[in-house]
Amino acid sequence: MSATLRHAGWVLRGNPVTACAAAGAVVLVAIAVLAPWITPYDPIASNVPAALQPPSATHWAGTDQLGRDIFSRLIGATRLDLGIAVSAVLLSFAAGATIGALCGYAGGRVDRSVGRLVDVLMAFPLFVLAMALVAALGNRVENIVIATALINLPFYIRFARAEVNVRRHAGWVEAARAGGESHATIVLAYLLPNILPAMAVQISLNLGWAILNAAGLSFLGLGVQAPTPEWGIMVAEGARFIGNGQWWLVAFPGLALMLAVLCFNLLGDGLRDILDPRMRT
Amino acid sequence: MSGPLLDIQNLHVAFSTRAGMVEAVRGIDLQLAPGGTLAVVGESGSGKSVTAYAVTQLLDRAARIPKGRILFRGEDITRADPARMKALRGAAISMVFQSPRTALNPIRSIGLQVMDAIAAHENLPKAVLRARALELLEAVRIRDADKRFDAYPAELSGGMCQRVMIAMAIACNPSLLIADEPTTGLDVTTQKTVMDLIAGLTAERGMALILITHDLGLAASYCRDVMVMQQGRVVEAAPAVDIFRHPSHPYTRRLVAASPTPTSTVDELVGETPSVARAPFAVPREARVLLDASSIVKRFDSTLAVEDVSLTLKAGESLGLVGESGSGKSTLSRIVCRLADADGGRLLFDGVDIGAIPLRTFHESPWRREIQIVFQDPHESLNPRFTAFECIARPVRRLAKLTDGAQVKRRVEEVAERCGLSPDLLSRFPHQLSGGQKARIGIARAVAVEPRLLVLDEPTAALDVSVQAVVLKLLDDLRRDEGLAFLFVSHDLNVVRMMCERTIVMRHGRIVEEGESHALFRNPQAAYTRELLGAIPHFEPVQAATA
Repeated sequence: MSATLRHAGWVLRGNPVTACAAAGAVVLVAIAVLAPWITPYDPIASNVPAALQPPSATHWAGTDQLGRDIFSRLIGATRLDLGIAVSAVLLSFAAGATIGALCGYAGGRVDRSVGRLVDVLMAFPLFVLAMALVAALGNRVENIVIATALINLPFYIRFARAEVNVRRHAGWVEAARAGGESHATIVLAYLLPNILPAMAVQISLNLGWAILNAAGLSFLGLGVQAPTPEWGIMVAEGARFIGNGQWWLVAFPGLALMLAVLCFNLLGDGLRDILDPRMRT
Repeated sequence: MSGPLLDIQNLHVAFSTRAGMVEAVRGIDLQLAPGGTLAVVGESGSGKSVTAYAVTQLLDRAARIPKGRILFRGEDITRADPARMKALRGAAISMVFQSPRTALNPIRSIGLQVMDAIAAHENLPKAVLRARALELLEAVRIRDADKRFDAYPAELSGGMCQRVMIAMAIACNPSLLIADEPTTGLDVTTQKTVMDLIAGLTAERGMALILITHDLGLAASYCRDVMVMQQGRVVEAAPAVDIFRHPSHPYTRRLVAASPTPTSTVDELVGETPSVARAPFAVPREARVLLDASSIVKRFDSTLAVEDVSLTLKAGESLGLVGESGSGKSTLSRIVCRLADADGGRLLFDGVDIGAIPLRTFHESPWRREIQIVFQDPHESLNPRFTAFECIARPVRRLAKLTDGAQVKRRVEEVAERCGLSPDLLSRFPHQLSGGQKARIGIARAVAVEPRLLVLDEPTAALDVSVQAVVLKLLDDLRRDEGLAFLFVSHDLNVVRMMCERTIVMRHGRIVEEGESHALFRNPQAAYTRELLGAIPHFEPVQAATA
């Protein structure tokens, strides 16, 4: 464990961009976890007399049309947005990596049929597919998670399939067969851990995309409903006021979105180096 | 001629790594006269390739030359600017690389690549370039050069690709050719033709040759001078004849001893001469037939990889399987250890038809434990995410059915010790181990479950000679002590002769010759066997002395 930490430290020192991204990600997660305790105001309590105030010492990011503190709403939204993105990505990673690895290992007819299914899924405009899914399943947070997970699934399947396929005939897989390992063990205990470093990059990039996706759905009025604080809804609601010069309603949630996506995208490459034991010499 | 062509003075090359600066070359001196031939011999990590790369300035970016000078025709090129080096490379100093397949551009036809090599230094019209390229391809003896001109590297054999590389290297008549392990990965007969070609062309065109190799035999056969390197230093430099007749440095002596010759024994390789010479291992006459394969056939698409091959192996016997790439020997070995299905034939192990057990469920059968395999590439056959302990312990748990943690640990430690691995190495990952240590883990993993038949698929092909010597010794001891039967697959005839009582020679999926090893080597019957034996580079001191 300490070796892993030492190694992580070494990678981050040589890679300041990753270090910043990692720090950003840690801060985001901390905010999400601590949200209920660190918001200066109640994120859904309206206070109409104080509506549409610009950023000030009392309201750092200003207030919205109902007088709610935008800074508090941003913090509250972090928990929801990150929660949706992380659960959606974990879901599609777990399902996609397993299906993809099995296809890559088994080859033949299973591989071909799953491959065609994935092709069909990818032929849809993915965001439209997600919209349709949420509309059909019902406007609930769980359904955003499912829709986001489903549209990410093809990428994980393809990725895992390709990565396993090149290792399928590696000497150490043959050795595992000679050592009497079952096929399931070979896929789960040998192949999956070996493709994890490459998948980590995909996961990290995907997190950013999933956040954007969840916010996008809410922006269109699907999924999360007002008055729940959520970056996408905040942008959607604030958009009406931008013409009057009340920019803070849109700018801060937009900025939060951008920073979150940026953090996870930049984290990817660093993660790969940290998780690869061969980099540890 | 006045002055040497290449003069390296006190060269140091260091690499900046995570652990600080690491010196790969620690002060070497080297002089090469125009037209001279020099072999730089050493094992992996000796700095021989780094020296060559320093001359051509093709070193990795992390490399520095803190000290020393490289003079080429009297000109200091140690830190020559890129433009000057570009003018020299190809035109005056050329290189032939280790793996021709990766050194050639896979998506450009070979003819165009040779034309590119000429055009890099001479501004000529296309038609002239083409004619010159064709001449060069003919000079490196590519048959039907005009037909092969538009072929892509993937359509040619490894030996052919290396000829194309040589054509490119000599395209502008350089005065120095550096060949970096030019025949690694090539068959012994191909090696001979490629080396003959290099030697012939350099002599004919008056080029100097630096041959970088780990193979003493190759060095002795093709170069007048030999320089032996170890850990970045030159330990001995002398004319080839002298080095092999009386090697003065202990390392050279060890290297000479470790190189298998037609007469050496496993004990001699590791420098041991037992007071009483060990009797050649004798299989008891009454030993049962352990493996009986008859009429094995294997097809890949439409080509036959193994064509009607039959062999038997008695308990405790060692059978050598020799052949060049494409002979079907590896395919056959995978069929025997049930990692691949045969398309025809019968495979009996101890009287049981194990070929009838489906491949998909063979890992559950009791026979899985009885037949184990040691793979060719020790690095590639270890899971990069498992520690050495885990690599050995897994089959012990699965096949030897040991479940108690302490028992497993004891068994793994015993086997590791038996295979010469110290216990502290067991917690390491494969990339933290040397090639020899990894080879030992591969062997320990296979013998830990106490099999009766061990298939060895070129177990030492990826190892340095000195490491090969100790690994062969280990295998030989294991066999004597545990009564294992070996199916020993190799392209190295000298190794097979030492390790096996009987030998089978294969070519194009068929058995060419079969017989008792010593008789087969002394008096080969098939023309192909004679050709194989003749292609092995020799350096025996006795021969060199009488020559």
